[in-house]
Amino acid sequence: MDDAMWAFARVSGLLDMVLLTGSVLLGILARSGRPLLAIPRVSVTLLHRNISLLAVVFLVFHVVPLLFDSYAQLNLVDVVVPFLGSYKAFWQGLGTVSLDLMAAVVATALLRRRLGTRTFKAVHWLSYAMWPLAMAHSMGNGTDGTSAPVVAAAIVLGVAVLAAVAWRVSAGFLETAAARRAGNARNGWTRP
Amino acid sequence: MNAGGPAARLHIDWTRCDGRGLCTELLPEALGRDEWGYPVAAPGRVRSGRDATDVPLTGAELAAAMDAENLCPLLALRIIRP
Repeated sequence: MDDAMWAFARVSGLLDMVLLTGSVLLGILARSGRPLLAIPRVSVTLLHRNISLLAVVFLVFHVVPLLFDSYAQLNLVDVVVPFLGSYKAFWQGLGTVSLDLMAAVVATALLRRRLGTRTFKAVHWLSYAMWPLAMAHSMGNGTDGTSAPVVAAAIVLGVAVLAAVAWRVSAGFLETAAARRAGNARNGWTRP
Repeated sequence: MNAGGPAARLHIDWTRCDGRGLCTELLPEALGRDEWGYPVAAPGRVRSGRDATDVPLTGAELAAAMDAENLCPLLALRIIRP
């Protein structure tokens, strides 16, 4: 039974890393205002939202079994307060920080219409901290963190996110970037 | 659009709108996009000055308009019911 909990938590954690990566990539794509091939912008936004919510579900599947695992000996305090764990406290703590950030990002996203875009955006930026923390946690804390398939998967996910972030900060990121730059140039305006 | 006026209007807050294009996908009959990506009321919808910012909607477009209101990344849309 103990082993089953451990295995379930590990698999959920690894899958959650894939879901989190998908969420970050779709979020960046949604921000660009571009459709994805035949997938319209509305659907990209909904995919981003739904994959993010699925990531929350898998985080529950990842954390709850460890409350009942004799090795991890996770307690309810460890779930929200980082660096107090009994097993690899530092690496587990990174996961806890990541969970706290995810809770903040998801709660403010669900309350976006009430909070307004300014607060929503400020908190949503924490996603860029959450992803590397979650990745460091899975590599450092995971039983399989240094096994070849996990390292290979981590490299693929890492390259994907780095490429997306590089695209995010590039000049032509927005769908409307070229048209608006041309319009500004025509009017003699330049970016401050 | 029936003789009794529009079923509702979609108010576009131009101080917020960034032309991200979700509303124009959801309401292709009511909204087009200008060359910078911003939504513009379809030519047939504009009969008065107000119609460009408070775009008249048909009853059949209400559900899509509510999706647009909810999904607008800049929260720039509001449905005005008569």
